[in-house]
Amino acid sequence: MYAQLVSTDGLKKPEEMTPEERAFQERIDRGEKIEPKEWMPEGYRKTLIRQIGQHAHSEIVGQLPEGNWITRAPTLERKAILLAKVQDEAGHGLYLYCAAETLGVSRDELMELLHKGKMKYSSIFNYPTLTWADMGAVGWLVDGAAIMNQVPLQRTSFGPYSRAMIRICKEESFHQRQGYAIMMKMASGTPAQKAMAQDALNRLWYPSLMMFGPSDKDSVHSAQSMAWKIKMNTNDELRQKFVDQTVPQAEYLGLTVPDPNLKWNEEKGGYDFSEPDWSEFFDVIAGNGPCNKDRLGARVKAWDDGAWFREGLVAHAEKAAARKAPVAAE
Amino acid sequence: MSKEWPLWEVFIRGQHGLNHRHVGSLHAPDAEMAILNARDVYTRRNEGVSIWVVKSVDITASSPSEKGPLFEPSNSKVYRHPTFYDIPEEVGHM
Ligand SMILES: [Fe+2]
Ligand SMILES: [Fe+2]
Ligand SMILES: [Fe+2]
Repeated sequence: MYAQLVSTDGLKKPEEMTPEERAFQERIDRGEKIEPKEWMPEGYRKTLIRQIGQHAHSEIVGQLPEGNWITRAPTLERKAILLAKVQDEAGHGLYLYCAAETLGVSRDELMELLHKGKMKYSSIFNYPTLTWADMGAVGWLVDGAAIMNQVPLQRTSFGPYSRAMIRICKEESFHQRQGYAIMMKMASGTPAQKAMAQDALNRLWYPSLMMFGPSDKDSVHSAQSMAWKIKMNTNDELRQKFVDQTVPQAEYLGLTVPDPNLKWNEEKGGYDFSEPDWSEFFDVIAGNGPCNKDRLGARVKAWDDGAWFREGLVAHAEKAAARKAPVAAE
Repeated sequence: MSKEWPLWEVFIRGQHGLNHRHVGSLHAPDAEMAILNARDVYTRRNEGVSIWVVKSVDITASSPSEKGPLFEPSNSKVYRHPTFYDIPEEVGHM
């Protein structure tokens, strides 16, 4: 999802666990929250840093495809809404970096890992946003998929992560609704506007399905994360839920989901649908998506260009503190 | 690389006259900027009427491993709760 490929070691069986590990697992099974200063297995800590860090990076990098349209929003109201949405994503990133920091890594360290390409962010943000309709499709589909993943994570076992997710979920529904509102407007507009909306759906449908990560049969690493309750559902479960929720919404818009195999399956009570092209997914993750270089380049540039300002503020703070400090008697 | 901004804990009092409540943390070079950043990060939807910020390093916390001995004394004192006492209905609300 926002953290698509977080690898862990295999699932430990109770008899392989130390007494501490077993007690820890029992706490999680009882639904207790784990707090930062409490004992935790190294694997739990490491996996969470990777997962929360990846999630935070996704929020921050996720500002770029939408930021692309702020200056060109069609009305002042749309511009204000988009600004507010993008600002929320910055907030989401900050909540999550803080949650990660409670595990003993610093935000600047995480930033550095991102900038050096040693940490990932969601594959979805490596696709371009070509038209205004993409602002609709991103809010509707991308935030919609994010919500699908984030709602269950509110119950995750790590306290600071869970609290960050609760804050984030409160804000996400505005994101999805403003996106769907754009889609409604365009789908009921001129034929050209409706075509733009359809085109946005065509381009973003499969990348949105990829957000949930590879199929469960190919992701060997989920079992331990599920046992630790840092992953609450399998990738395929969430993808199915997303499709089931989204197809009627597309129908309401009068748009066609770009999947000839899409069909209601009465027996399973959900849609049958085509898998995305997983080779494309792995390619994008490996750095070869349409916008990987742009996105990372923009992040690094913002960080480097802001260095003088960050340092200036520190220098000012130090001077002010020195001025205030009591002078020793002479 | 240059120095990292220190971490601050943020406390916000909401609309309804309740206590300031811890809402999260953030980085800022000084207290003044911490307040401004807290405004942007934690009150984008009118969540507060007052903000406190405290440097995280200035907070002393109880240790999780002492949770038992620290809080145990209050466990056995059920008589501190009103429900411990049976008051006859005739007496009315008390
Ligand atoms: Fe977000
Ligand atoms: Fe998002
Ligand atoms: Fe969002």
